[in-house]
Amino acid sequence: MSPVADRRKPDTVADAIAHPEREQPYDQLGLKPDEYAEIREILGRRPTSGELAMYSVMWSEHCSYKSSKVHLKQFGDKKPQTDTLLVGIGENAGVVDIGQGWAVTFKVESHNHPSYVEPYQGAATGIGGIVRDIISMGARPVAVMDPLRFGAADHPDTHRVLPGVVAGIGGYGNCLGLPNIGGEVVFDPCYQGNPLVNALCLGTLRHEDIHLASAKGVGNLVVLYGAKTGGDGIGGASILASETFDDGGPTKRPAVQVGDPFMEKLLIECTLEVLHAGLVEGIQDLGAAGISCATSELASNGEGGMHVRLDDVPLRDASLTPEEILMSESQERMAAVVRPDRIEEFLAICRKWDVAADVIGEVTDTGRLVIEWHGEVIVDVPPRTVAHDGPVYERPYARPAWQDALQADDPGLLARPVTAAELRDTVLTLVGSPNLASKTWVTQQYDRYVLGNTVLAQPEDAGVIRVDEQSGLGVAISTDCNGRFAKLDPYAGAQLALAEAHRNVAATGAAPLAVTNCLNFGSPEDPDVMWQFERAVTGLADGCLELGIPVTGGNVSFYNQTGDAAIHPTPVVGVLGVIDDVARRTPMALREIGDVVLLLGTTRDEVAGSEWAHVVHGHLGGIPPKVDLAAERALAEVLVAASRGSLVTAAHDVSDGGIAQVLVEMALRENVGATVAVPADLEPFVFLFSESTARAVVTVDRAGVAELEALAAEHGVPVARVGVVTGPDDDLQVDLVGGESVLWTLDELRATADATLPALFG
Amino acid sequence: MRIGVVTFPGSLDDRDAARAVRVAGGEAVALWHGDADLHSVDAVVLPGGFSYGDYLRCGAIARFAPVMGPLVDAANGGLPVLGICNGFQVLCESHLLPGALVRNDSLHFVCRDQRLRIESTSTVWTSDYEPGQEIVVPLKNGEGGYVASEAVLDELEGEGRVVARYLEVNPNGSRRDIAGIANARGNVVGLMPHPEHAVEALTGPTTDGLGFFTSILKGLVEA
Amino acid sequence: MARVVVDVMLKPEILDPQGKAVEGALGRLGLAGVTSVRQGKSFVLELEGEVDDARLAQVHELAASLLSNPVIEDYAIREVTA
Repeated sequence: MSPVADRRKPDTVADAIAHPEREQPYDQLGLKPDEYAEIREILGRRPTSGELAMYSVMWSEHCSYKSSKVHLKQFGDKKPQTDTLLVGIGENAGVVDIGQGWAVTFKVESHNHPSYVEPYQGAATGIGGIVRDIISMGARPVAVMDPLRFGAADHPDTHRVLPGVVAGIGGYGNCLGLPNIGGEVVFDPCYQGNPLVNALCLGTLRHEDIHLASAKGVGNLVVLYGAKTGGDGIGGASILASETFDDGGPTKRPAVQVGDPFMEKLLIECTLEVLHAGLVEGIQDLGAAGISCATSELASNGEGGMHVRLDDVPLRDASLTPEEILMSESQERMAAVVRPDRIEEFLAICRKWDVAADVIGEVTDTGRLVIEWHGEVIVDVPPRTVAHDGPVYERPYARPAWQDALQADDPGLLARPVTAAELRDTVLTLVGSPNLASKTWVTQQYDRYVLGNTVLAQPEDAGVIRVDEQSGLGVAISTDCNGRFAKLDPYAGAQLALAEAHRNVAATGAAPLAVTNCLNFGSPEDPDVMWQFERAVTGLADGCLELGIPVTGGNVSFYNQTGDAAIHPTPVVGVLGVIDDVARRTPMALREIGDVVLLLGTTRDEVAGSEWAHVVHGHLGGIPPKVDLAAERALAEVLVAASRGSLVTAAHDVSDGGIAQVLVEMALRENVGATVAVPADLEPFVFLFSESTARAVVTVDRAGVAELEALAAEHGVPVARVGVVTGPDDDLQVDLVGGESVLWTLDELRATADATLPALFG
Repeated sequence: MRIGVVTFPGSLDDRDAARAVRVAGGEAVALWHGDADLHSVDAVVLPGGFSYGDYLRCGAIARFAPVMGPLVDAANGGLPVLGICNGFQVLCESHLLPGALVRNDSLHFVCRDQRLRIESTSTVWTSDYEPGQEIVVPLKNGEGGYVASEAVLDELEGEGRVVARYLEVNPNGSRRDIAGIANARGNVVGLMPHPEHAVEALTGPTTDGLGFFTSILKGLVEA
Repeated sequence: MARVVVDVMLKPEILDPQGKAVEGALGRLGLAGVTSVRQGKSFVLELEGEVDDARLAQVHELAASLLSNPVIEDYAIREVTA
């Protein structure tokens, strides 16, 4: 894969000046003719092979965000006023103040294409990458979550991909000692050739420990430490992510990176120790585009100049050419900027942890990134042009011709269950469907206990981590997205994802504070897809402004498409909230006999894009459930206040599958049943299966009901008493107007929910 | 009472083990793998995790760490040692305990809340339980299947050296549902499940695991 | 320079679930008539100089104490090439 080059002799700057007309295979490296011309313009000559490699990788879609930048700037432009954002968009990850001198950093990233090629390593190295982003902010990683999307559950290729991905996440994350506290597993045929493997990491730090990726201080040393550099993933993530797959199946095998979680664990400990010892002026992790990215970004953010000797890079494979060394994506490597008078201490700590460390250069004030190989200059570029001033595209976009017809295809005419028997069967069908069935087969492959601070983990609404053992200060995180809603209406879909994550966090008693996102879309060269992207980003930016919580950072994954078939637009939204004492978090289980079951929010007849329409009728069409962010905000305030006042004994947000699914999950959590009555003004089908937003089901001790109702009224949130918690092993019962009851035993519900994934995956 | 907790490269549950010691009322002393000195602690915990990435075999490289020299000598002389999960693997690799831990028969890593029966309260690590007491503590491993020859298994059973047994579900294929064993003297115990994750109601499924840590502290006071 | 290859296999009486999984996969891929698969490890050591008796004894020591766990594994020195 390396460009045409004489391995015995590097292509130097001198050569580039002396031989300006040499043919260069820029197209093989993914550069367009106008981009190549731009590079020549910037340098005033043709680029050397090394420079061409650097630009090709750094200007790829994955690294430069060239198709998305113009839209993503809305997150900054529409940023809500908030004083809790300590570091905003632009750094490796955003940092949010949570009080008591603590801050958290969190981000979600994608590793979609590598996971299709090599599921285990693709997923494993995805965790590695996001964890390094977090430690490069100066934070200790404390939890991970994985939003995953696969093709049809019973498709043979899903059988190839899913177990490998889950094993890879577990294999890498468990070995690092990070509890996996949440995420999603979603099945839809649209992801068949393009599974989505997004990885989120949360880190904690004290305010004074925040570090940025900048190379400051002329004369300071640039140190590369961690694993040795080999031929892993040369041009992998960057090039792969900029290409869609052909129907012939996985072919890009050689470019996959292989992870070593033990090395990463040592890297975490070593990095935190050098950071806490105050030995680091700037720090950057090596991810996509490896050394080219780290050096150009550090230089670009700092004094603007850097001098690097590529010969000093420790190699695993001595036959690598300088271009390959620059492009290598070998895992578990970091770069730090260290003062000369502190370098010995830095190296001593690396030795203690058995982590290789080599000084490869120094910070200069020349405004150029100069890289030497065997005493000759092979790269001499203005770093900003590589790292930050890459091409910016204004891709054409237009509402798809089929969008109107899709929205007009209302599910209102689909046959609905009406009788008690039909309702009973429909609930069982949904409970056992792959998207709603128990995910224990997946989640039990992840360690949830390590570090001893996991307060809530899946299947709870949000993962809750205790940050301060003395005070009980903690955070909650949830990631959500309904791709079907986003297909029907990308603007609303993004806001619905935001609303769901916001609601999930509030349900546990945490006040939402900040947002991250992982925007998974098809090809940006397709105006339909680009329209979906623009709408989704605008929807998310507008939504965050209305809810008053800023986007702190995120990730874009384009080219999730096989041939003409793009995935559903899938803007995964992560919301982080803070809870001042994790001891009063609200879990979801029905527990206390006699507790009253209440429904907060308004239920409307909204089943477009619902699980019911999808599972029972294979139907996708209509307008998704109405977004009401004011109602979401009010609901969240009630849930958080009720938690603070220890008013509610359980809470669960209503989303996929509607109230039926909520009741089933709450009952099965600790095996306690309930009896619930359909309100007189609602059709039983609508009560059970509608997916209207801004709703939650809570349980309250009988004595506290009036207080909860008053609290809801105070915030303008409709509340209705719908039932009562009965007892351990009791049935889940839904009483219909007119006297009939629909009953399920907890055993049959559990058997149905638990059987699906093991039957599919073993 | 000073309880040492060893950190190998890749140890993960050392912090939780230290926390459990503190919750039980003891003083946790951090011991570094590269330091051939036990610093006069009264007992040692080898914690869970992935020492050396589980490379070669779980615990196979950690067992040669400098700290293990003095530890093996001290254990043979009666020093109480508790090996949890990876720690149990290290104890078997260093032959302080018989048998070995192999890959789960399901071939999957499993993390679950596991019901156990405490079979022996004659060890210094389990004296605070009732014989036959049932407890629930987290289990999380990929290589947790305990194996040994029939002769060794019979010997363990016969001498009352099976310390804990899996109930309801055998999560990893361990022979005779064995979750933990002791040496002949009863001072060295290896346990696959993680009692240190069940010491706080807020973060664990129960607080049933605390007994391992209160046992040793009580034993040390009486000694 | 010399090259020594040490093979390590689980003892016959130890359950080998990985071997079993491979056996199952072979059947699914159409290779019939395979009655057993056992999975082991191979260590390739590159040594400076020659492998004389003393060196070989050292390799045996290494194989018995580190490369294999004698409780559950057997080892064999498969190959010694100069």
